[in-house]
Amino acid sequence: MLKLEPRREPSALMFYVTPFLAIALTLAAGLLLFRILGKPPVAAMQLIFIEPLRSLRGVSELLVKATPLILIACGLALGFRANVWNIGAEGQFAAGALSGGAVALAVYPATGWWLLPLMSLAGIAGGAAWAAIPALLRTRYNTSEILVSLMLAYVAVLLLGSLVHGALRDPDGMNFPESRLFQTALPVMIPGTRAHVGFLVALAVAGAAWLLLERHMAGFQIKVLGQAPRAARFGGFSEKRLIWACFLVSGGAAGLAGLFEAAGPVGQLVPALPAGYGFTAIIVAFLGRLHPAGIVLAGLLMALTYIGGETAQISMSLPSATTSVFQGMFLFFLLATDVLVAYRPRWIATRPARAGRPLQPPAKVEA
Amino acid sequence: MSGPLLELSGITKRFPGVVANDGVTFSVGAREIHALLGENGAGKSTLVKMIYGVLRPDTGEMRLAGAGYAPHKPSDARDRGIGMVFQHFSLFEGLTVADNIALGLSPKLAKRGLKERIGEVSAAYGLRLDPDRYVGTLSVGERQRVEIVRCLLQGPKLLIMDEPTSVLTPQEIEVLFATLRRLVSEGCSILYISHKLEEIRSLCHKATILRGGKVVGSCDPARETARGLAEMMLGTALAPPVREAVAPGPVRLAIRGLSLASAEPFGVDLADVDLEVRGGEIVGIAGVAGNGQIELMEALIGERLAARADAVSIDGEAVGATGPVGRRALGMCFVPEERLGHAAVPEMALWENAVLTGEARLGLARRGLIDGARSRAFAERVVAEFGVRTAGVEHAARSLSGGNLQKFVVGREVLQGPAVLVASQPTWGVDAGAAAAIHKALLALARAGAAILVISQDLDELFAICGRIAVIADGQLSPARPVAELTVEAIGLGMGGAHQGSDGTGSAHA
Repeated sequence: MLKLEPRREPSALMFYVTPFLAIALTLAAGLLLFRILGKPPVAAMQLIFIEPLRSLRGVSELLVKATPLILIACGLALGFRANVWNIGAEGQFAAGALSGGAVALAVYPATGWWLLPLMSLAGIAGGAAWAAIPALLRTRYNTSEILVSLMLAYVAVLLLGSLVHGALRDPDGMNFPESRLFQTALPVMIPGTRAHVGFLVALAVAGAAWLLLERHMAGFQIKVLGQAPRAARFGGFSEKRLIWACFLVSGGAAGLAGLFEAAGPVGQLVPALPAGYGFTAIIVAFLGRLHPAGIVLAGLLMALTYIGGETAQISMSLPSATTSVFQGMFLFFLLATDVLVAYRPRWIATRPARAGRPLQPPAKVEA
Repeated sequence: MSGPLLELSGITKRFPGVVANDGVTFSVGAREIHALLGENGAGKSTLVKMIYGVLRPDTGEMRLAGAGYAPHKPSDARDRGIGMVFQHFSLFEGLTVADNIALGLSPKLAKRGLKERIGEVSAAYGLRLDPDRYVGTLSVGERQRVEIVRCLLQGPKLLIMDEPTSVLTPQEIEVLFATLRRLVSEGCSILYISHKLEEIRSLCHKATILRGGKVVGSCDPARETARGLAEMMLGTALAPPVREAVAPGPVRLAIRGLSLASAEPFGVDLADVDLEVRGGEIVGIAGVAGNGQIELMEALIGERLAARADAVSIDGEAVGATGPVGRRALGMCFVPEERLGHAAVPEMALWENAVLTGEARLGLARRGLIDGARSRAFAERVVAEFGVRTAGVEHAARSLSGGNLQKFVVGREVLQGPAVLVASQPTWGVDAGAAAAIHKALLALARAGAAILVISQDLDELFAICGRIAVIADGQLSPARPVAELTVEAIGLGMGGAHQGSDGTGSAHA
């Protein structure tokens, strides 16, 4: 019988091993799934996880998709470490795209070197402002930030849709629900592809997040608050200030990711701009162990499931849900294997209950 | 039946990296109060957890009343007539006494007539208890009675008590001892775990001493001195702390008219607390747990701010409206009662826990960036000077035994060279050796001119180190009086004062 014994100290080794274990289990489950669906399992897996990496186009698209995931997940990781649950990055992403894009549309057709930085700042401000709502409600009225931030995500996505259908619609666009093309775009990093400099920004943000979390007092305070709120009060760290900081930073990062998406690969505001990055980034943050370096790797892996899923959809006519299935399995197996961090599995020989004490002489039992 | 009630032979229990019990052999006789003595980490709790079926031994065997005994879970132990009162109660504050008792009983026992039986048992053993009162309104002593009555309802042959007196007033202790002696006269045996050597001497018939997981001796505690018992436990000679009379300096900590409503539903409001502590002086606050100590500590740390800035002042500086960081900067350090989760972050390394309070005074961070080398050096100094047993400062606070972590926490604050130190229960659950080391450190700090305030339920501790003692009861603090004018009985009466009414007339306002 397999028994789980609590460890005296959480296993540092397992902490880093379980994400890989989760990946291996996901791949194994994927093989099984394709077999049941009657598709060639190995070929399908190759199509999803290897094929995209074989072409420059595939790799560049990988960077395009990984950029928002890494940006958002780094911000979310700060909050998750502090037990502050911003689930509405999708909404902050939309709010950032909207406010940054609105700046470009407001000054149209003026342009210049200043426009992109201005749009980025507006994007950060938009995302942070949207995240400020759950922060305010949580610190002022003790509202659950999980519910508020999640519900506001749908509000922001619908707001984006309605404005693109209305006030921000391209006057020359034959009534299609989309804005004008922006007069400026993010510089492309690899010529001939859509891979833009936003990826470098995402890496820089990950570096900054690492410094903050691992070396800075602010990161220390965040970790103390998340692990022992009473010890945080004892240390004199203000819970309210930390909640605000986590929401503003994660909202700002998500807003910047939204603006990058709008000003990068898309080039305009469209209703379908928020494609679920804000939710997938939650998986990325956990798969990356809430550690910026892990988040970069997990972001690339998750981006791969997006592209691989598309490829599989086109060339093997697999359902488009393939991507979500794999993303879901990653999170599922990660949470399942995480038990190994705090517990140690041990095989216990199963013995009949009565044979449990063979060493002792038979007891003299009197009726 | 003439043989011993419970026999343990060769019980061994290993945890990863440590042998908690190593070939433990002893027996508890019928109608015997048997003390289990040992330092923290000596393996007492592991041993009783195995007897109570919470853990299972790796090797060795147990026999109960002559028959084999191998409990797989606590209900097995209860079925065989073993009851246990834990050090930390597991009661729901929002439920009544009867509901709480029913929750811990087998469905068969919990069925009908429970209230009547609670009444019978509590009357028979002098454990006054109203089954309809909510546990949240009970004092700690009364809560313990709930746990004891719950055990007694199952008609135990053996009752295990883990540190039962640490939360009681001297008068309540007398009532408890009378109950235990009565139980024994009726045929029950008791396995009694405590650090309080005087109690063991007056109550127990036999003592088994554990050290490092092994039985190192047994004795008749009444024939030993408390010091002899402590030395058997430690394996070394013990030097008791010496309190020297120091001419008190200027007032360093002043509490004036401090009132604070509790933030908790069943908390205690502080009412107009006044106290002055001078440099070189150790002042004690005695009291039964749950009489406002937690609230007072929160107000002194600055976790909750007072209405007026001058309610708390350090060296004449009003800090009532200042948070913990500002108070630390002015020279105030704190040792809260709860080690894990309050004084220390369980999952964080020791050196990170040094940063938790050391940052404000020792400059362990520069422009926000944590200086890892300095922080580790400080943590290592604490470990070395306070004899903290750990494999290194990279290990999580949670991996230390309670006494070692307490030494670390006290050391962390004392080595910051505070002007004012406020310590709550500084030696709670700590073995005699570590307690002596902590007391010595506090006395040395006072000699160096610091003002020290110790909040404790352990009167022996307060009498050993304090110059003056005040009593807190129901959120009100009595004036501090010199120890020479005080007796344990007088303090005990003050401690119980607020609860006398609730004992006798509890049913009237339930």
